[in-house]
Amino acid sequence: MPRMPTFRAILAAAVLAWGSAIAYTLEEFQFESPAQEQEFRDLINKLRCLVCQNESLAGSQADLAQDLREEVYRMMQEGKAKDEIIEFLVARYGDFVLYQPPIKPSTYLLWFGPFLLVGVGGFLLLRALQRKKREPEPDLTGNERARIDQLLTQSLNQTLTQPPTSPGKHPGDAQDRSS
Amino acid sequence: MARSKTSYLVPLGIFIALAALLFYGLKLDPRKVPSPLVGQPVPSFELESLLEPGKTITSDILKGRMSLVNVWASWCPSCRQEHAELIRIARESDVQMVGFNWKDERPAALEMLRRYGDPYVLSVFDPDNKAGINWGVYGAPETFVVDAEGIIRHKRIGPIDRKVWEEEILPVVEQYRTKG
Repeated sequence: MPRMPTFRAILAAAVLAWGSAIAYTLEEFQFESPAQEQEFRDLINKLRCLVCQNESLAGSQADLAQDLREEVYRMMQEGKAKDEIIEFLVARYGDFVLYQPPIKPSTYLLWFGPFLLVGVGGFLLLRALQRKKREPEPDLTGNERARIDQLLTQSLNQTLTQPPTSPGKHPGDAQDRSS
Repeated sequence: MARSKTSYLVPLGIFIALAALLFYGLKLDPRKVPSPLVGQPVPSFELESLLEPGKTITSDILKGRMSLVNVWASWCPSCRQEHAELIRIARESDVQMVGFNWKDERPAALEMLRRYGDPYVLSVFDPDNKAGINWGVYGAPETFVVDAEGIIRHKRIGPIDRKVWEEEILPVVEQYRTKG
């Protein structure tokens, strides 16, 4: 029987593969200092891959993502600041290239909409609760009370005259027998 | 128990508004990223000609005439699909059809033009995406409508068929056509 790889071996392989996938996208670039490398990483995490639109430039393996990473790297080597690089790409691709949408009038609904909805919902809920407190349920009328008594007596009689049922019953039912 | 109408009309109204908004959202295509370059002058470029290696073409060719700058590549199936329509447009309309060969290889690109026809007055060759980034190109096919002054007036993302031409592109061409 062939030797099956242990779980640990598989786990190790997966971690290595995942690690090297990230290393693959960054290894090609040389940096003068760890601070520079960190800035590069920050940037490519902040920017979106326009082809695989749910991925950042850091994670995407798409061809265009590679082009854009190289462009970001090139601009960094030229000494451009983070803001300048972001502005450069936004001027060409629009706000969508930012992974996190900016807060501006066209995105107010996106940013504040959920809070608004929760606020409105909460307000309506509070109002309904307060109304319940102010106007307690009206008491039963005489007729309704008599009808309820009648129904209760009926069901009690039924329970008392029925033979005991299977052991599936909840323990609480035994107390019905008190009147 | 007294109940005002608003207590159930308001949540219902909010629900209907939200449902309408989300329903509208279903129709939008997130793959179509609007271009911030519309209304801006074309990014200047200096690229090699596809057909004549060694010859340089600059963005000056886009001045003086209304142009359609069509981003295409031999590896792009939709580009092949729209090619026939591009040939028809080039023949029947007075806009100049400029090809922008993107991230492609020269032999494959030339082969595609040989097999499917060449609607372009010329094609520039951008194999390394040097100029594409400046135009905000993120896929093929894409087509930019450029007026005679070199201002980008519209960006079409995706292939062009007769319907797209008549409903999306022709109105823009008509609107920005220089009078007289």
